[in-house]
Amino acid sequence: MTMILIMLTLFIGGLAAWMIEGWNRDLPRWISIGSITLAALLLVPLFQAPGQMLPLAPGVSSPWLEYINVPWIPRFGISLVFAIDGLSLLLVTLTIFLGFIAVLSSWSEIEKRPGFFQFNLMWTLAGVVGVFVSLDLFLFFFFWEVMLIPMYLLIAIWGHERKSYAAMKFFLFTQVSGLIMLVAILALVLAHYGQSGVLTFNYFDLLGHSIDPDLAFWMMCGFFVAFVVKLPGFPFHSWLPDAHTQAPTAASVLLAGILLKTGAYGLIRFTVPLFPDAAAEISTLAMSLGAIGILYGALLAFGQSDFKRLVAYSSVSHMGFVLVGVFAWTELSLQGSVMQMVAHGFSTAALFMIAGALQHRLHTRNMNEMGGLWQEAPRMGAIAMFFIIASLGMPGLGNFVGEFLILLGAFAVNKWITILATVGLVTGAMYALMALQKVFQGERDHPQKNGSISMPDFGPREMIAMIPMMLGLIYIGVYPQPVFDLVNPVLASLYELTGTNSKLWIGVLP
Amino acid sequence: MIATDLLALLPIITLTCVILIVMMVIAFARNLALTCLCSSAGLALTLAAIAWVSINVEPQSVTPLIVVDEYALLFSSIIVIGAFFICLLAYSYHAGRGENQDEYLMLLLLSTLGGVILSHSAHFASFILGMELVGVSLYAMISYPVRGFFSLEAALKYLILSGVSSATLLFGIAFLFAVTGSLSFQGMADATAEMEHAGVFVLIGATFVLAGIAFKLSLAPFHMWTPDVYEGAPAPTTAFLATVSKGGIFAVLLRFFVSFDGFRFEAIMESLFWVALLSILVGNILALMQDKIKRVLAYSSIAHIGYLLVGFLAASVVGGKQLAIEASMFFLIAYFVTTIGAFGVVTIMSGSTQSDHDNDQLSQYEGLFWRRPLLATFFSAMLLSLAGIPLTVGFIGKFYIFAAGVQSGLWQLLAAVVVGSGIGLYYYLRIIFSMTKKTVSEDQIDIPLAGGWALGMVSVLLVVLGVYPTPVVEWVTSVARALA
Repeated sequence: MTMILIMLTLFIGGLAAWMIEGWNRDLPRWISIGSITLAALLLVPLFQAPGQMLPLAPGVSSPWLEYINVPWIPRFGISLVFAIDGLSLLLVTLTIFLGFIAVLSSWSEIEKRPGFFQFNLMWTLAGVVGVFVSLDLFLFFFFWEVMLIPMYLLIAIWGHERKSYAAMKFFLFTQVSGLIMLVAILALVLAHYGQSGVLTFNYFDLLGHSIDPDLAFWMMCGFFVAFVVKLPGFPFHSWLPDAHTQAPTAASVLLAGILLKTGAYGLIRFTVPLFPDAAAEISTLAMSLGAIGILYGALLAFGQSDFKRLVAYSSVSHMGFVLVGVFAWTELSLQGSVMQMVAHGFSTAALFMIAGALQHRLHTRNMNEMGGLWQEAPRMGAIAMFFIIASLGMPGLGNFVGEFLILLGAFAVNKWITILATVGLVTGAMYALMALQKVFQGERDHPQKNGSISMPDFGPREMIAMIPMMLGLIYIGVYPQPVFDLVNPVLASLYELTGTNSKLWIGVLP
Repeated sequence: MIATDLLALLPIITLTCVILIVMMVIAFARNLALTCLCSSAGLALTLAAIAWVSINVEPQSVTPLIVVDEYALLFSSIIVIGAFFICLLAYSYHAGRGENQDEYLMLLLLSTLGGVILSHSAHFASFILGMELVGVSLYAMISYPVRGFFSLEAALKYLILSGVSSATLLFGIAFLFAVTGSLSFQGMADATAEMEHAGVFVLIGATFVLAGIAFKLSLAPFHMWTPDVYEGAPAPTTAFLATVSKGGIFAVLLRFFVSFDGFRFEAIMESLFWVALLSILVGNILALMQDKIKRVLAYSSIAHIGYLLVGFLAASVVGGKQLAIEASMFFLIAYFVTTIGAFGVVTIMSGSTQSDHDNDQLSQYEGLFWRRPLLATFFSAMLLSLAGIPLTVGFIGKFYIFAAGVQSGLWQLLAAVVVGSGIGLYYYLRIIFSMTKKTVSEDQIDIPLAGGWALGMVSVLLVVLGVYPTPVVEWVTSVARALA
């Protein structure tokens, strides 16, 4: 029930924010804060919930904190299957947390229709929560598409100068790849129906059935494309820099922080477990794409003068690690991927907030027109340095743990690709430090601005958003075990399910 | 003819009586509100009659021409419900324009009667009867506005091309009759039951019949008239033309093919395959280049009937018939709801203008979100439903088409649907985006009571069926089972 309540809280909170706009223009964001807090409170008991073992396939079961199954469209065997396990719980928590950050980051930025803005924000969050907890493939697809519309509106209405182009590109990429996934879902369901005579979209029923290898390969490709577009992996990444750059700060935070994670989640939860053999067939290709994405993203990030675009390309680079980690499919690399997802969620969200704050103050995103801002805004400078260092993978912070585990796990599977990916750590340092130098160090006065625009430092509201993220990164960087405790049972069961050769289990942490 | 036959014909009889009453009312009191009240109450009564018949009367043939079964009642009810909403919209449209056009609603009822007859028809005679009843009333409905050339041009175009297509259809029927010696669908099926391959006369006949039907459904390459007629006709007429008229024709097409088992003839299926493919691609690509909402919707309706045909074609594969029929019917229902809603918005936007054009320029919709938030939200819902996005009935419809296509392995057509949907998304989103723009235009848009309520109800239907489609799914499932 908790999951449905959380989604309802967000849905209704969004509607209320919209409705109340005409009456008071400041109330909507308080309503958002209120409903997100309520959702977070609802989430707390789940951390203590006793796991319920549900069979994934004959002989393999995994602990679920909650499982609801209500018929929806019986004709097709479609049910409302909401289930949550450690992996979902982690990602839902991240979603709620970043939702809170997103509301704070847009606190004073939105002047046009603040209520409608909050409505779209809340519905995006609700849609993403739905994606993370739906385990009926139809329901999953339903939420997968539902989350697009409010995000489209966020970009199209409150975006920057090229918002129409960016919003359209974002929607088209995701929707078309989503339709390909729908075909794959239907093919899978009907193949299962042909074998067993049961028409069902339930994930638990569809797992662990052998399908004709040729057909399975094409179905896997359908899922793969949809998730890799969302991730985004090379060469499907081209929507991302535009969407991230043009979106308002709050939408960038959500896009980078959680929407990209739905792609990674889909790969871990659906693509590989449903089609283990077919996924193994393309694992080398997928890992190569990941490695190319790491380097290519870093290279392009280095070439940007637009701060937001730089952060966007750095996302391509960081999510390349996730792709490598997932398709290496070892216990270590999977743990690393999950850790990378969480850490990237924090660090990139924070960097987008900083970019948004800069744009709000200076009315430009061009780094060539900035410089020496540390003097005027020391708090902002220090925080920016923290997150830039985190994002380049400094030991002691979350991103390092993620990348290190991914590389460690992937090395056993494919040396050369891993070595290539490792280069990404170096290139990451290049663009990240370059950005820091251009924006916060150096001379303050430059020809265009001449220091005439005042540059207020981060205020209390922004600090409230930033400090938890900093603490979070340090916490998971120094003591990542709680995250592993949460997701390990899930990953272990998925791992067992796919029956991957156990000699790849090297050095599993106890 | 005995009493039970008359009872089975109750919906048709009711609707006919309503038409006569409305005619008398107009003769005595020229009052548009009164006429609208009588018409919509009459349509509601017809719907009640349909419900009564479906509960109390066993499926049966009444005369060789008419068959009353669940299938006929399903199509009749969606046609009557569609006509009900269009009736309310048309009232607002004409009332707002200050034109005293009582007869319009009577023509609308007559045309609806044609649609109801089409859905009951099991014989080519009743098919022609219903089709012409729909068509002849439509000529007048298209050219109803007295001002301006556009509607006249549209009516003339429709008249001539529709006449040609009816002739083609009749010619084809003659061929089929020559081979089979029967005009009833069942008789034709019996006469051709032994045929493995269609003989040359059957092929020629079927081709001509299909060409005529494809014209009425505005499938490529018989679609040329569509954008012009859609644009020239007053918005409520366009809604009617796009839904009721096409729905009736499709009902006959589906029934004919199921009882005649036309699905076994490969040549016919192959030609329909190309028609579907072409419609999806041509419709979507040409819609990209339009700046008028009505023309965009016209081309997108070409593409949508193409999607419908994908569901229809899925019946050609053994074992896929049941799902294919269901998919076609559900998609048609979704298409009805969405199309009436979309043209309903255009109707309301044009209701208070006095120009001889409807307000269908894209620029006139700029900033609608800030001027008329509710109207813009309704329109966005309709467009998203056309694009097949979840929470709307259009999504379930498209899902059904995908399911039928995957089950029958129509991979090329499914690829076309995916590509078409992608292109479609572009022009739907373009409209939504321009509604979110900041605007300087201060055109006054009044939302009339009747039309506003009709649009609101259609929007609610759109979302309710999109979130909880189970009752309708069960309905079409049982009808499809009875038919197949």
